[in-house]
Amino acid sequence: MNEKRAILGLKVVLWICALTPAAWLGAAFYFDAYAANPVAKVSLGANPIEKLTHVTGMTTLVLLLITLSVTPVRRLTGWNRVIKLRRTLGLFAFFYAFLHFSIWSGLDQTFVWAWMIEDVIERPYITVGFAGFIILIPLAITSTTGWIRQLGTRWTVLHRGVYLTATLGVIHFYWLVKADVRLPLFLGACLVLLLSWRVVFSIRKRRRVSPRKDTAPATP
Amino acid sequence: MIIRTRKPSDVPSSEITPEHVYVNRRRFIRNAAVGAAALAIAPRALRGITDGPAQEVPARFANMKSELGEELNPYRDVTTYNNFYEFGTQKEDPSRNAGDFQPAPWSIRVEGLVNNPGDYNLEDFIGPSNVEDRVYRMRCVEAWSIVVPWRGFPLADVVKRADPMGDAKYVEFKTVVRPSEMPGQRTRVLDWPYVEGLRLDEAMNPLTLMTTGVYGMDLPNQNGAPLRLIMPWKYGFKGIKSIVSMNFVEEMPRNTWWVQNRREYGFFANVNPQVDHPRWTQKRERRLGEFRRRETLMFNGYTDEVQSMYEGMDLTRWI
Repeated sequence: MNEKRAILGLKVVLWICALTPAAWLGAAFYFDAYAANPVAKVSLGANPIEKLTHVTGMTTLVLLLITLSVTPVRRLTGWNRVIKLRRTLGLFAFFYAFLHFSIWSGLDQTFVWAWMIEDVIERPYITVGFAGFIILIPLAITSTTGWIRQLGTRWTVLHRGVYLTATLGVIHFYWLVKADVRLPLFLGACLVLLLSWRVVFSIRKRRRVSPRKDTAPATP
Repeated sequence: MIIRTRKPSDVPSSEITPEHVYVNRRRFIRNAAVGAAALAIAPRALRGITDGPAQEVPARFANMKSELGEELNPYRDVTTYNNFYEFGTQKEDPSRNAGDFQPAPWSIRVEGLVNNPGDYNLEDFIGPSNVEDRVYRMRCVEAWSIVVPWRGFPLADVVKRADPMGDAKYVEFKTVVRPSEMPGQRTRVLDWPYVEGLRLDEAMNPLTLMTTGVYGMDLPNQNGAPLRLIMPWKYGFKGIKSIVSMNFVEEMPRNTWWVQNRREYGFFANVNPQVDHPRWTQKRERRLGEFRRRETLMFNGYTDEVQSMYEGMDLTRWI
């Protein structure tokens, strides 16, 4: 009962935290649009479309990495119920990815298809970002309990796509900065840590589950 | 006999906009004809805050326009959104982190292949030059642009006073190094000091402005106080800030962004919509304060003034 409460509490915290960037952008938009005196600290600044794009993109990456840390946390702490946060986290990541994509296509490119197609084809950083977003769509659709039941083990395989999206997302970020690669490299290091933990974990698990015959203890 | 010379600050009273008109202008409201319903509710926010009581600027700028009839970007845009990696790599960083910088006293060294080398304090460096307002478009290599009323004098004046020798082909400029006042210099994001250069004919071009101010006032720290370059037909990174030295040399200087990545940033860095940055398009740009991207102009719209300098050069190679 206490554990359930803890999860519920965490979920409330998660919703509040995950909605904070969107709320901040909304408030900044409101103040810029309607406040008689602009609020300097809460403002989209001189290039609002760029600010909207950056904040939603950054939030997507952070949420993807947090989503990917749920399983390691679960295995390392043995606290299995933490898995209940994973879907919410993943869907929030998709929510921000969708906002990010919509802001790019609608506000930045103003739905000029020729510009967008050219960018997706010719600009590698946009190509990988776009691919990462496309991969997330089927994952978001199949995140319901019904789909999980229906797909069974195939669901697990399909949802490994999130590893690819997170990787493409970090590359997208790394390729678009001009000189200051510190933040993309930091996120990349976090991603490598999270993915390599999975590799090590699955190797160990395989050894435990099916020990090689010649090393199996002889049974009398 | 009294000889009256007209200073840039002398404005006939008929040209001065009444303060209430100026303070209440709302350029966004006027420009608010955006079709989409979502945009119609708050177009101002998507075009950026560009008015408000951030800074009183001299009234003569209220109706000033560029030679193409473009409106000026407000003081707030110019002073809160720019690149100056010495103070951080985000656009807001210079305005946030430049507060401790001391632009006075200031001294500039003129050296190299010149007949009149020397160290000058700022006042002597400006010397007899006529400081004037000049409205220029600035096009950043990152595909955004801004219209700014700079204040300065022709770099050609400085070059003439320095009196270059026959071997001098280029001028190399350096930014001050002061990690204690410039937090970005405590990181290794770029090779410090920031270095830029011009060919001698580019330095002599009448458009090239040794810039000491903006909106009729001294340059704020974040914009390169007390002295910076503006070449409006080149990408913004050529406009080196907080200059402490000018070296007349024979070889093409190794400018900072060229050193950082020569495949992406050249020595000339002329605005050219036909040559894309390897990672993004240079065909279009977002003018701060506008919603939809606009077409980028060859040489940023200054073709008549500068193209003769590049005749016979392959501008797809000499980026």
